[in-house]
Amino acid sequence: MAYVAPVRDYQFLFENVFKTDQYSNLKGFADADAGTVAAILEEAAKFAEEVVHPINITGDKEGCTLDPITHEVTAPKGYKEAYKALTEAGWTALSGDPQYGGQGLPHFVNTAFSEMLSGASSAFGMYPGLTEGAISALTAGGTQAQKDLYLPKLISGEWSGTMNLTEPHCGTDLGLLRTKAVPNGDGSYKITGQKIWISAGEHDFTSNICHLVLARLEGAPAGVKGISLFLVPKFIPDADGNPGERNSLQCAGLEHKMGIHGNSTCVMMYDEAKGFLLGAENEGLKIMFYMMNNARFGVGLQGLAIGHAALVAANQFAKDRLQGRALTGPKSPELPADSILVHPDVRRMLLESRALIEGGRAFLAWVSLQADLAHVSEDEKEREKASDYMGLLTPVIKAYLTDKGLKVTQDAMQVHGGSGFTEHFPASQYMRDVRITLIYEGTNGVQALDLVGRKLPSKGGRALQTFLGEIDSYIAAEEADTKVPAYIKALKDTKAKLFDGTMWLMQNGMGNPDAAAAGSLDYLHLFGLTCTAYMWARMAKEAQAQIDAGATDPFFDTKLKIGRVFLERILPDAEAHLIKMKAGSDGLMALTDDQF
Amino acid sequence: MKILVPVKRVLDYNVKVRVKSDQSGVDLANVKMSMNPFDEIAVEEATRLKEKGVATEIVAVSIGPAQAKDTIITALTIGADRGILIQTDQDVEPLAVAKLLKAVAETEKPDLIIMGKQAIDGDNNATGQMLSTLLDWPQATFASKVVVENGEAQVTREVDGGLQTLGVKLPAVITTDLRLNEPRYASLPNIMKAKKKPLETKTVADYGVDVTPRLKVLKVTEPPKRSAGKKLADAAELVANLKSAGVL
Repeated sequence: MAYVAPVRDYQFLFENVFKTDQYSNLKGFADADAGTVAAILEEAAKFAEEVVHPINITGDKEGCTLDPITHEVTAPKGYKEAYKALTEAGWTALSGDPQYGGQGLPHFVNTAFSEMLSGASSAFGMYPGLTEGAISALTAGGTQAQKDLYLPKLISGEWSGTMNLTEPHCGTDLGLLRTKAVPNGDGSYKITGQKIWISAGEHDFTSNICHLVLARLEGAPAGVKGISLFLVPKFIPDADGNPGERNSLQCAGLEHKMGIHGNSTCVMMYDEAKGFLLGAENEGLKIMFYMMNNARFGVGLQGLAIGHAALVAANQFAKDRLQGRALTGPKSPELPADSILVHPDVRRMLLESRALIEGGRAFLAWVSLQADLAHVSEDEKEREKASDYMGLLTPVIKAYLTDKGLKVTQDAMQVHGGSGFTEHFPASQYMRDVRITLIYEGTNGVQALDLVGRKLPSKGGRALQTFLGEIDSYIAAEEADTKVPAYIKALKDTKAKLFDGTMWLMQNGMGNPDAAAAGSLDYLHLFGLTCTAYMWARMAKEAQAQIDAGATDPFFDTKLKIGRVFLERILPDAEAHLIKMKAGSDGLMALTDDQF
Repeated sequence: MKILVPVKRVLDYNVKVRVKSDQSGVDLANVKMSMNPFDEIAVEEATRLKEKGVATEIVAVSIGPAQAKDTIITALTIGADRGILIQTDQDVEPLAVAKLLKAVAETEKPDLIIMGKQAIDGDNNATGQMLSTLLDWPQATFASKVVVENGEAQVTREVDGGLQTLGVKLPAVITTDLRLNEPRYASLPNIMKAKKKPLETKTVADYGVDVTPRLKVLKVTEPPKRSAGKKLADAAELVANLKSAGVL
């Protein structure tokens, strides 16, 4: 059950749907012409399929091991070699700043690469993924000297990064954190405390690990206003910038988890470890949010990537599995039974999954293009719009794509029948691996609260208004002579429901925050459906245009058939989400604590 | 030392081959095309010779449609320095390919030509041998090891009886076998550099070669479907069956 990377889908999205060649005047985009991107996608797919995927199942079975005496962690067999190949081929530097040795390619290309890496092995993909987050925090908050010292080594992958937020008593509520920082008098700090669930916290394949640690200075204000961010390297760089003295920090234990066994999830102990302040004192969260937003986008991507991998396996299984006969009479009379592809319910699972994945992938690619435009567009208005979209849509990407990623892996297991429940087939690993994506980087419930409580009202609702305005203009421009009217109508209906839901939140949520919170996840899903309906309208338009222009590639016909499944079997959920959110919180809050 | 590496655009080795319904050939519409795997080994070997300081320049040449440019770019990504595309939409037979390559060799004057022993589409295993004859250069086919020193190539060949090592004086033609090397994965910086390397487009007429087909394809069919197997009781029955099938 080999992994097959979605090369053709990304080519279609970049070339036909988003037409990224139109931005060739922007920084980084000139190098990302259609031909080069096609070559990158091909080679990235080859790397993911042939180098990374083979260690996915073995890594799951073997897991990481901690030496109780040296406190060093060994990753599963083959991880170190695959990581070396990854850095040698320059993949970690794809979107890195050329000033620090990066390739400077746009983020949308990196998104395609990251999906392939995560789909081939999500546990492995996390190691470079965390480093990417550390790079974004350093870029946002580091001094010039810090950037010069750390960025080249992180971008090349020679060193890796981690993020340390959680403590045993302090998960979602960061205001509770206790790890303390004491100035050394020379500009550095002593960091003391315990951090848990630190992904890639300790491993054997980079010569240094840069921990980004949230801690509290003595006398700092209570709560989130008194949190500072420190860079605490495993080896303190010497005068030449090489790994020097071993810092007083160590991995005290590895978590036993349901999935992502190949990733070392560490308990980290800091015992007066030497740390360097990033940004200003007590303003650590501001910078950490760069890393968190990057990570939230990355987790949404992971949910989609694992879903795609599970679907690939389910498709292959369904084609090969002969069992029973088609209800309308045998399809393969020469064989002892028909393949289970003849059964409408098996098709329902495979095709609903595909409609979710392909719509989700377009959404992800579109938002990553916004990340580029937010940085490099020459038009100030467009930069502002793109940046607003990133804020508004990051929680939707994270929660919608991971919820749907889980649904897809579940259906993939169901297609496998009893075989899927055994470890001889990959379906169960995908389900175990995807499950964490709904939880970490802020649970999906927290994402929904972020969307409703923070992102909607931000700047007087500017981001949402711009987004709804864009959809209205798209409908207005297409409606009259669209070749895919069903998609335009569906987009119009879904967008109207989102608008309705937003109005309901404004009328009911202000006076009763519980009502807003109770409906927040349904609202987020309604939002995700609107975004993907927009994406499907755009994909259908281009696929139809290619067919009308005489293209014979069956890809376009397939795209429209999947799109139809989206309209018929996915989009109707929007109605239910709207009804549920309007039920408010009374029914949920009616029980007393004793009644639980 | 200059190395010339011919590369061919063929149906990707992962693609399930389908025969056209009129039996005129293999259906190439909307299927993935890639560099012939044996040619990839040839580019890799040339690149290794360059990395060792033996070769100084690698020229990749392809004969085929406009899209064969992608195949040359793949060669430039692995390590070739520049490319020549002889663009034609015609199906060019091994002899015509050999003649075109001879013409290229006469203008480029390479010291060594490394090429795949065969292309996985036609499986002719003929072009290298024909080219060496036309050029009147020595040939060493089916190479599994190549060492170049003092104007000579020591080539270990995979032959039926085992391994044979030949010494050939340069210039020479070497054709590659599967075990010669394992081609590298392309690195991102090399993908980016490849498109900036020079790539000339020529026509068949530029070389004055007549590429009119000399062979006529009567029909192309799929191999017969495998029929169901038989369960045999013992070894004696197996031997009897093999005998009656004329295998023993």
